[in-house]
Amino acid sequence: MTDGLHGVGGFDVHRIRQDFPILSQTVRGKPLVFLDSGASAQKPRPVIDAMVRCMEERYANVHRGAYFLSEAATEAYEAARSAVARFINAADDREVVFTRNSTEAMNLVAHSWGRGVMRPGQAVVTTEMEHHANLVPWQMLRDDNRDIALRICRATEAGELDLDHLAALLADGRVGLVAVTHMSNVLGTVTPAERIVAMAHAAGAKVLFDGSQAAVHRRVDVQAIGCDFYAFTGHKLYGPTGIGVLWSRLEQLERMPPFLGGGEMISMVTLERSEWAPPPAKFEAGTPAIVEAVGLHAAIDYVTAIGMPAIEAHERALVDHAMRRLTEIEGLTLLGRAQDRGGVFSFALDTAHAHDLSTLLDRAGIAVRAGRHCAEPLHARFGMEAGTCRASFGLYTTSAEVDYLAEALVKAREFFA
Amino acid sequence: MMFDDLRDLYQEVILDHGRKPRNFRRLEDADRTARGDNPMCGDRMELQLRLAPDGGIADAAFQGRGCAISMASASLMTETVKGKSEAQARALGARFRELAMTGACPACGADLAEEMERLTPLSGVHEFPSRVKCATLAWHTLNAALDGAKEASSE
Ligand SMILES: Cc1ncc(COP(=O)(O)O)c(C=O)c1O
Repeated sequence: MTDGLHGVGGFDVHRIRQDFPILSQTVRGKPLVFLDSGASAQKPRPVIDAMVRCMEERYANVHRGAYFLSEAATEAYEAARSAVARFINAADDREVVFTRNSTEAMNLVAHSWGRGVMRPGQAVVTTEMEHHANLVPWQMLRDDNRDIALRICRATEAGELDLDHLAALLADGRVGLVAVTHMSNVLGTVTPAERIVAMAHAAGAKVLFDGSQAAVHRRVDVQAIGCDFYAFTGHKLYGPTGIGVLWSRLEQLERMPPFLGGGEMISMVTLERSEWAPPPAKFEAGTPAIVEAVGLHAAIDYVTAIGMPAIEAHERALVDHAMRRLTEIEGLTLLGRAQDRGGVFSFALDTAHAHDLSTLLDRAGIAVRAGRHCAEPLHARFGMEAGTCRASFGLYTTSAEVDYLAEALVKAREFFA
Repeated sequence: MMFDDLRDLYQEVILDHGRKPRNFRRLEDADRTARGDNPMCGDRMELQLRLAPDGGIADAAFQGRGCAISMASASLMTETVKGKSEAQARALGARFRELAMTGACPACGADLAEEMERLTPLSGVHEFPSRVKCATLAWHTLNAALDGAKEASSE
């Protein structure tokens, strides 16, 4: 079991686990096996400490006071922005807009780009494998009487994006935006980002990636991908809740009208009218998530110090291992067999409903999510309306935990047989 | 073995009703139909009642999908309310919800004792707060059907 504890290539998963206070806990007398990081990841000590320190030592509102504490807090907040910019290789810090989460980031694009820049007669393409956060905002845009259509790209039986279908949807040149996940939160599928961008750009469409899952598992370079918008969320990246990121190119952010109105986002206000501040302030109305930005900064520093390539390698080994262990379980149906995939596995057992299964696994100390994981259309696509159980991995997940899950699944199947 | 202590929740009766729900069919001559939805977990059922001339429940049947707990609960519910008056059926529902939430029903009294006895295998859910809704969905749906409403939700 040494491999289970220590992972691969100098990546010491055992040591990493000690950075996460919550993981040492027992649940119902069993060691916690946390396999729901795809919903929200646990927090390492440096993130917790950074947030506490911010509140104990450097807290005040930002951008508003000419006194020491406010300046210190502003500096910390803007340092978080720079850290995000470096993390995704943005060309300029001002291209990083802080939001509440990735849901808000997608809504921001639907509002400010969809309603502010797109023209009547254009269409948005999204896909069958989206989280509701990257589907519902586009349905709302379509239903807003602006003559903007919504087209849905299919997923293949293997759970990959059907690129032929995407090409067909782009063919008439009327698509203004392709909004697509960079990694499915149900199938684990990683979508071919550069390829999608090339196809969309050739057809005159912009591309938004929902990177909520992807940004956690691999190095994201927005310039190399060449996309136009990239969204992710802090709490899945071992950071706090309440903070997310929308990245876009500066000239694009400059073209877009604001999202919410209020303080911070203006440069001049009279009773009659206002002028907008330049980006990113234009999109950050109101007091931002200051402490959370500091926490996100610490999370980024944490994963960067370990190294995204090392994290990716560890997770790749885990994914291969899980694929082997799960596919050998009789009666288990696994959703999605994408070539390029990350550590998210949604499955169903022939003898047990997902909820009964998750109750059983919980008894064994295993936390998995049961349901449709905010992706109802995708479950319908695979005939799984009743839902699935989902095990999703973090950088602290061990292959011993995967083995334990596999054993528990076999026993659970017997229990209900 | 790993899950022995879960036999309280998943008693043999429940597993049996979950696998082979009774009254799982369409009622051709139904007087009332209501749909029950548990949007969080995707449980969904359609309950149909045929009413007697005096307003009592002549027949009850359901169709749908859900976990073992929700299927077993609907199965036991249809068996239990058949032949009951509307008032008795509603009283059983109220007592069952108490049972599911607390594991006991001190106020249950002597009437309908046999019926409540039949439902007690489901009392184990009270230890699983996230699963109580699975057990009560069928009874919410029954109330909706008796009210003449089309939809019930256990949210
Ligand atoms: C692919 C994907 N998109 C969007 C979201 C929404 O993230 P948040 O709730 O932080 O906005 C999630 C997480 O639930 C996700 O997995």
